Amino acid sequence: MRKVAIVAAGMTRFGELWESSLRDLFAEAGLAALRQAGADHVDSIYVGNMSAGRFVGQEHLGPLMADALGLAGVPATRVESACASGGAALRAAYFEVACGASDLVLAAGVEKMNDGADVTDVLATAADQELEAYHGVTFPGLYAMIARAHMEAHGTTEEDLAWVAVKNHRHGALNPRAQFQREVGLEQVLASSMVAEPLRLLHCSPVSDGAAAVLLCPLDHARRFTEAPVHILGSGMATAPMALADRADPSRLDAVHRSAAAAYGAAGIGPGDVQVAEIHDCFTIAEICCIEALGLVETGQGGRAARTGVTAHGGRIPVNTSGGLKSKGHPVGATGIAQAIEIFEQLRGEAGRRQVEGARIGLTQNMGGSGASSVVHIFGRV
Amino acid sequence: MPSPRYWREIPARYRLEASKCSACGHVTYPPRRVCPECRKDAPQRTTLSRRGTVVTSTVIHVAPSDFAMQAPYAMAVVETPERVRLMVQVADCDPATVKPGMEVSLEFRRIRAEGHGGILCYGYKGVPAG
Amino acid sequence: MTGIVGYGAYVPRLRIKVEEIARQWGKDPGAIRNGLMLREKSVPGLDEDTITIAVAAARDAVERAGIDPAAIGAVYIGSESHPYAVKPSGTAVIEALGIGPNVHVADFEFACKAGTEAMFVALGLVESGRVEYALGIGADTSQGAPNDALEFSASAGGAAFIFGKREVLVEVLGVCSYTTDTPDFWRREGEFYPRHAGRFTGEPAYFKHVTAATRALFEQTGLGPADFRYAIFHMPNGKFPQQVGKALGFSAQQLETGWIVPTMGNTYSGSSPTGLAAVLDEAHPGDRILITSFGSGAGSDSFALRATELLPRRRGRARTVRAMLDGSRRYLTYGEYAKHREKIILNGQS
Repeated sequence: MRKVAIVAAGMTRFGELWESSLRDLFAEAGLAALRQAGADHVDSIYVGNMSAGRFVGQEHLGPLMADALGLAGVPATRVESACASGGAALRAAYFEVACGASDLVLAAGVEKMNDGADVTDVLATAADQELEAYHGVTFPGLYAMIARAHMEAHGTTEEDLAWVAVKNHRHGALNPRAQFQREVGLEQVLASSMVAEPLRLLHCSPVSDGAAAVLLCPLDHARRFTEAPVHILGSGMATAPMALADRADPSRLDAVHRSAAAAYGAAGIGPGDVQVAEIHDCFTIAEICCIEALGLVETGQGGRAARTGVTAHGGRIPVNTSGGLKSKGHPVGATGIAQAIEIFEQLRGEAGRRQVEGARIGLTQNMGGSGASSVVHIFGRV
Repeated sequence: MPSPRYWREIPARYRLEASKCSACGHVTYPPRRVCPECRKDAPQRTTLSRRGTVVTSTVIHVAPSDFAMQAPYAMAVVETPERVRLMVQVADCDPATVKPGMEVSLEFRRIRAEGHGGILCYGYKGVPAG
Repeated sequence: MTGIVGYGAYVPRLRIKVEEIARQWGKDPGAIRNGLMLREKSVPGLDEDTITIAVAAARDAVERAGIDPAAIGAVYIGSESHPYAVKPSGTAVIEALGIGPNVHVADFEFACKAGTEAMFVALGLVESGRVEYALGIGADTSQGAPNDALEFSASAGGAAFIFGKREVLVEVLGVCSYTTDTPDFWRREGEFYPRHAGRFTGEPAYFKHVTAATRALFEQTGLGPADFRYAIFHMPNGKFPQQVGKALGFSAQQLETGWIVPTMGNTYSGSSPTGLAAVLDEAHPGDRILITSFGSGAGSDSFALRATELLPRRRGRARTVRAMLDGSRRYLTYGEYAKHREKIILNGQS
């Protein structure tokens, strides 16, 4: 396989973007990436998107998005893995370049959540329809159960969960593209309204519109497009039983463990080598479980990481310098690509006030549903 | 809820019909062809006991539209004696009392109604035992 | 000899006190309580309806009968609150219990006597030899209009009876029906609440039919009130069954066990059937039991029964009516009650 690099990136702000339609968002992100690279053509497009069909009644996003970029004719397909759709799109693009089939591929993600659909109902399609959604459990409800299981097993507290939100908002306050660019206090998080016990409103990532896009090409071609390419060192993906009830240990995200092992193996590095990471904090508990599964902290120690500053900017392993899903926003299909963009900018020294000094190796982890799918990518400064 | 989809699930939803792998004995619910443990395609029909123990739970406050009137309600992963886990509501009690280890019996209840004109959907809920 | 081979009942856990309803409408709770001889009533949970009540009661009936549900050849459910206007309650019940598909199923409707109707037909089908076992259920989640007298009593619950010829727990000694066209209480298609003709529901309706059916049964069987240990009458409130029982020659003691209405309320099609279940929870072998229902419109079914030696040996297999009435329960406020009974107009309703 050839070595692959990311050579350009573009994204919209994330937030309630009333003026922008699904295709407006995509066009903005895609064009920004193409312009940054000075590219006027791509060999193919992968669009990560969870549920345009249910949010805005639109399927068949591949050709629609190609068309929106003025690139009708180019091979284009939509990739879906619930909230890991973006990461899965990146992975598909990566392999298409790595295997030699294409030399310039746009990996993008988009979601338009605010056009009036019942978001709780749509997001529940990421859960098991027959076993879970049928009975009335919601997406936050599944993570709430994971939280309780983690609290039972490891003594994680509600305050530990709240610290993740506080940390990520502190980071997001420095991100001009974040949905929420303001800090929140611990008391504020603990007093916010209950969604599914123990998860409160401020433990949950918001409902967002947004799009993000990156351009991939063989590392050997990268200098045509940028002085500072970022090398994709490895990609790993795994799945786990869909229904929470079908997993042996509800507090353990097996798909994350497996996808991480695959990515570390492909990249030839270990968790100790990672210097900055974007991790899927759809709910505060998710970040806690994922940093354990990624081997960034010991199992059971995830709860303390945000509280003690281990995963804060300036700590041992800064996690979610972008603000994470919590503060930056979570337009579902776009998130996996936006994570890659944060690492891309970190490794190029372009992260401004969020910069992790001297970062050479970065990681993104993007997760679908209640942990039924996970995609991990590892990146290296060139 | 489309009728064919609902109707296919009746044996599982109404009678807790499950499948037991004739090769390794693992029980899955609802029934499926391929055993997730040993991957053999050799299922036999079996039925779950109507009782279990809470493994983990939560209380849903922000509910999907069809469940809005019931909120807040407890949801739990319940494990039956066959070592099968189900996701069910726990009813007939203060949701705050639902904890891991709680013994429940599984009772036939109306799970949801599809608005005012759609079909009625039934299934099992956990009810604290004793 | 055909009889009841298994029985079961179900009372929901939620309750509302008569005082709470009276308070809502500015009525004197003491006067209501004394006038109706009623203290509280059962309320169905948001996830309960005639089908779920029928399943719970029928399951206990199958337990007590000790038969394979697949042997049941007919299932009849009588209710005023079938969940669908068109689609039988019985089909959901057979699937839940593992009965059929070679089974005859029908839903019955005759105001509050639809339950005993189901029993009447189930009995006849077994007697004729057409099926080996037949299940007759009376279950309801009755509605009473806000600020109407019926709101104090309309409640939820039901009972199920399996009829057969082998290992009979309760023999059927005789059965009579008495029916006329009497517009005392009704509900038109599309209306949410029933209406009634006030005091006309008393003497020309309830008392006339209960008395006529019971007397016809006395004549048919040659039995009189003294021959029975227990008598159960339809219970629209606490007072009517006491009055009609006394007028027919029964003592307060004979009426006591089946008189569950003060705490249960009137579960319409489930009323006298659940009273019967409460009696079967206690009756000794040889005890004769009279049950006469009443359904507005109007009619009464009257059964003379006798407990066998088998009854005390089987009844411990499932829960008793008193255990459900007196056991774990939760009292609702009127607001919660209104929500549960769908009396609140929601967005999207026309």
